[in-house]
Amino acid sequence: MSADIILETEDLTKEFAGFAAVGGVDLRVRRGSIHALIGPNGAGKTTCFNLLTKFLSPTRGRIVFKGQDITAMQPADVARLGLVRSFQISAVFPHMTVLENVRIALQRLRGNSMDFWRSRAVLDQYNDRAMALIADVGLTEFTNWAAVELPYGRKRALEIATTLALDPEMLLLDEPTAGMGHEDIDRISQLIRRVAANRTVLMVEHNLSVVSDLSDTITVLTRGRVLAEGDYETVSNNPDVREAYMGVGHA
Amino acid sequence: MEERIAQPAAVAAPPTFLRANAEAIAFVVMAVGLAVAPFFTYPLFLMQAMCFALFACAFNLLIGYVGLLSFGHALYFGWASYLAAHAAKVWGLTPELAILTGTATAAILGLVAGSLAIRRQGIYFAMITLALAQMMFFFALQAEFTGGEDGIQAVPRGYLFGLIDLRNDVAIYALVLFVFLGGFLLIYRIIHSPFGEVLKAIRENEPRAISLGYKTDRYKLIAFILSAALAGLAGSTKAIVMQLASLTDVNWPMSGEVVLMTLVGGLGTIFGPVVGAFVILAMQFKLSVVGEWVLVIQGVIFVTCVLLFRRGIVGEITARFKS
Repeated sequence: MSADIILETEDLTKEFAGFAAVGGVDLRVRRGSIHALIGPNGAGKTTCFNLLTKFLSPTRGRIVFKGQDITAMQPADVARLGLVRSFQISAVFPHMTVLENVRIALQRLRGNSMDFWRSRAVLDQYNDRAMALIADVGLTEFTNWAAVELPYGRKRALEIATTLALDPEMLLLDEPTAGMGHEDIDRISQLIRRVAANRTVLMVEHNLSVVSDLSDTITVLTRGRVLAEGDYETVSNNPDVREAYMGVGHA
Repeated sequence: MEERIAQPAAVAAPPTFLRANAEAIAFVVMAVGLAVAPFFTYPLFLMQAMCFALFACAFNLLIGYVGLLSFGHALYFGWASYLAAHAAKVWGLTPELAILTGTATAAILGLVAGSLAIRRQGIYFAMITLALAQMMFFFALQAEFTGGEDGIQAVPRGYLFGLIDLRNDVAIYALVLFVFLGGFLLIYRIIHSPFGEVLKAIRENEPRAISLGYKTDRYKLIAFILSAALAGLAGSTKAIVMQLASLTDVNWPMSGEVVLMTLVGGLGTIFGPVVGAFVILAMQFKLSVVGEWVLVIQGVIFVTCVLLFRRGIVGEITARFKS
């Protein structure tokens, strides 16, 4: 495996009762790139994500992250290696404040999470770092809000701040702009571009303008298989993709 | 860019001294109240109630703060009381060592039962804890040293640290008060610790906690062991106070009773289980004249709580206080 490939899958397959949700996917993600996974509903994008982060076990195949075979690992261990995911439904801790949400991630990274005999005041040492991360995603004025009270777009921003607190080498974003209005989409797009400056991003995304705007590489999945791969130009001109994904036959 | 900022709910009203220190004030009231209560009512009743209150607080740590329903907490309460009684009576250990023996036993049982149960969620978790508790109940029924139906009777209270005679009413009361308040503060600290923050995160959104790299099973197991050990501390102390360890404390109705106490008082509130334990015990005490009917009354209270006052006594009061 070449050194600039951070994540690679080989014949990745997940079958549910004989139906192959993901069938023999070979994926190669270059270090430092923004890689998008697109495809119609039911193409196996989310299943693919769940396999990569070990929330599902593959029926067949291998997953290699940073040269290490992670196929048999526990999800928490994968996260500890630096491959951290977001979820399609927004993944925040609803009844904790924005600050507490971010601190939970910092706390894991810096230890003392098992300390049941100490006051949680020791967590105040993470406040500065947490505030910096919160400022980064434009949530400063929401610091003491309970996460559940935030508007949808802000929740996604919080989720990204929490993920970034772990300083992961690679981010997996599951539909980061799903259900957002224009303004939020722009904000999140800019944020993704910014955080991708020194890390790798693999994302599932439906919004094609976001995809074309951000991605270096696009992989098109349909019925659990890779249909095409390349930059936006290549992929969007591929007749198979136009047929299967965009529903236009021969334009 | 235009920002529309609504008033955040979290900082609605400026906190007054009362609000900011509500928990500390309530704790002082509780501690002072319990210290002077023996002048007004039966000390033995109070000591027993404090043991049950600590038991309920330990149970609440698991259900209220981790979201795990253990339906077999009598296992730790009851077996700790057997071991404490045995240690004091047969091995002749001093009361503090007997209590420690019982607590350690409960912690070990918690480790074993917890390791098996936390692999499952929801109702399956509850069923496994119940099954293990029942298994150990039959063991207690059959084993030689537990005394079967008779239990372990006439447990000597002994001399605390070999010095203080616990047959003295003031000394034994002070010990129980110390154990109860100490256990209560420890639980408070656990909930408000870095570890407690992770427990909260797990309860709120476990997949997300995992995706942040937390091995959530390990946190749940530690919480389970802490809860079992504290239930054991309560059971051991009760055995020394009442000078008795019996099947009642290890049988499944006891597991149900602690659920009832916690629910009536307020699940997931720090003072709820204490209030619940005192209410339920006082009721049993006052209504002992009606015999078995006390169970029917308990059942009605249980149903009423679930249907109308889900937050329990303390939960309802706190909600009113806040609004």
